[in-house]
Amino acid sequence: MLNVYNILETIRMIQDECLDIRTTTMGISLLDCIDTDIHKACDKVYEKIVTRAERLVPVGEQIEKEYGIPIINKRISVTPIAMLAAACPGQDPVEFAKTLQRAADTCGVNFIGGYSALVHKGFSSGDEALIRSIPEALAVTNNICSSVNIGSTKSGINMDAVKLMGQIVKETAERTADRDCIGAAKLVVFCNAVEDNPFMAGAFHGPGEPDCEIHVGVSGPGVVRSALTKYPDASINELADIIKKTAFKITRMGQLVGARASELLGVPFGIVDLSLAPTPAIGDSVAHILEEMGLEMCGTHGTTACLAMLNDAVKKGGVMASSTVGGLSGAFIPVSEDAGMIDAAVAGVLSLEKLEAMTAVCSVGLDMIVVPGDITPETISAIIADEAAIGMVNTKTTAVRLIPAIGKKEGETLEFGGLLGSGPVMPIRQQSAAKFINRGGRIPAPMHSLKN
Amino acid sequence: MRAVVTVIGKDNVGILHKVSGICADMGANVIEVTQSVLQDMFAMIMLVDITGMEKDFSEMVDRMTELGEKLGLSIHTMHEDIFNSMHTI
Repeated sequence: MLNVYNILETIRMIQDECLDIRTTTMGISLLDCIDTDIHKACDKVYEKIVTRAERLVPVGEQIEKEYGIPIINKRISVTPIAMLAAACPGQDPVEFAKTLQRAADTCGVNFIGGYSALVHKGFSSGDEALIRSIPEALAVTNNICSSVNIGSTKSGINMDAVKLMGQIVKETAERTADRDCIGAAKLVVFCNAVEDNPFMAGAFHGPGEPDCEIHVGVSGPGVVRSALTKYPDASINELADIIKKTAFKITRMGQLVGARASELLGVPFGIVDLSLAPTPAIGDSVAHILEEMGLEMCGTHGTTACLAMLNDAVKKGGVMASSTVGGLSGAFIPVSEDAGMIDAAVAGVLSLEKLEAMTAVCSVGLDMIVVPGDITPETISAIIADEAAIGMVNTKTTAVRLIPAIGKKEGETLEFGGLLGSGPVMPIRQQSAAKFINRGGRIPAPMHSLKN
Repeated sequence: MRAVVTVIGKDNVGILHKVSGICADMGANVIEVTQSVLQDMFAMIMLVDITGMEKDFSEMVDRMTELGEKLGLSIHTMHEDIFNSMHTI
């Protein structure tokens, strides 16, 4: 039965602690839009997206009103476009990006993700052309996100793709240098990419997914921090219990919204992604949760242990609250999108190396990190390779979203605004890894990939 | 189907009257009211039945929010499912 305490707790979470549904993301398969004529394929893509997602935004708004819970983003993920581009050799895949942008404008969604290629074992027809078109595609569109999977635990790491992605990340930043290098903020390089991720910029609709489905990504770092504040002297396992209970409540809300959206849209419910996704808003920071646990500042010694506990407790609490958990599910640590991380990076306490260690125990990876504009493509590739190795060996998703700040040096800042926030240019090592990167080939899959 | 209306803010004359007026107007039946005034802070939680409502629930949400803004109160109108799902297993 309803009681006053519970009602007020829910309202406080939403009103004062930034609890929200971060995204409802509709996954749409475009496999039936493949055509050897790129113009015909684009027409089919546009038609399918606007038909399927026609009611996505109004339904989201209706649910916001019904439950009084903000839904920050309404998004779409589509089949990796490289699969469509494969059928149109010699034709410019950027046409697909422009078509997706038109569809995004028509549907009124914040982003469409899926200008993607899966090349963890090698390039198939269409993959390389698509990857090489990413800088142009992200420069001529505003709401399109791109991702490339370059490794997996099962197949190892495709080092030719790693080398290429170093160049592509740099070029993407250069092409949008007049807009704070925003292109690179919409490009993710994955190892062990998941096929049902609702979060941008890495969302795409995997080929094993149904024709159309709806995913929900929840958020609520502020709620977790606030719950911990009430127990300043609790032991670590007591803190873990508090986080579990809080994650349960947050995830239940995601489950409710997903089920309702599925009912109203008439499409199957995909997954709830149990993530703690920060925003630059005050009180919505993952770093502040770690500091609440007892760190003077995020990034200092002990950060990895605190994050490991947080990430595990969020999953344990969330998993019982939802019938279908999926996506990335864990705590995110995007530097520019988290007020506490920004402060720690500016103070020089949070380093790239510490962030790398943190990615071994939490969701995703080196996310929204601004690096000096004169970084070489080989160094970007080497950072990608390091991060992919962590993902491959630990059988987890890792990703790299670096933003080379063209024309800027260490100590300066890039301002993206909105949910993307702002980030200080972080120092990198100056010694070259070019010889390693230029070798090419593939890092073989680890021993524990042989499970059959 | 039921909804929960919560009103929090500075006490003044006729809050309950105005909130329940909107409910009546929309065809939502008030089932239960809990209210308290501590010093000059007013807090009310109202449970209403929205099954027989002739108008759209979102219209009621809009009208309540509008009233809240007019009176300088924080008024939330939410479907009961959100509380049930968050706080019960």
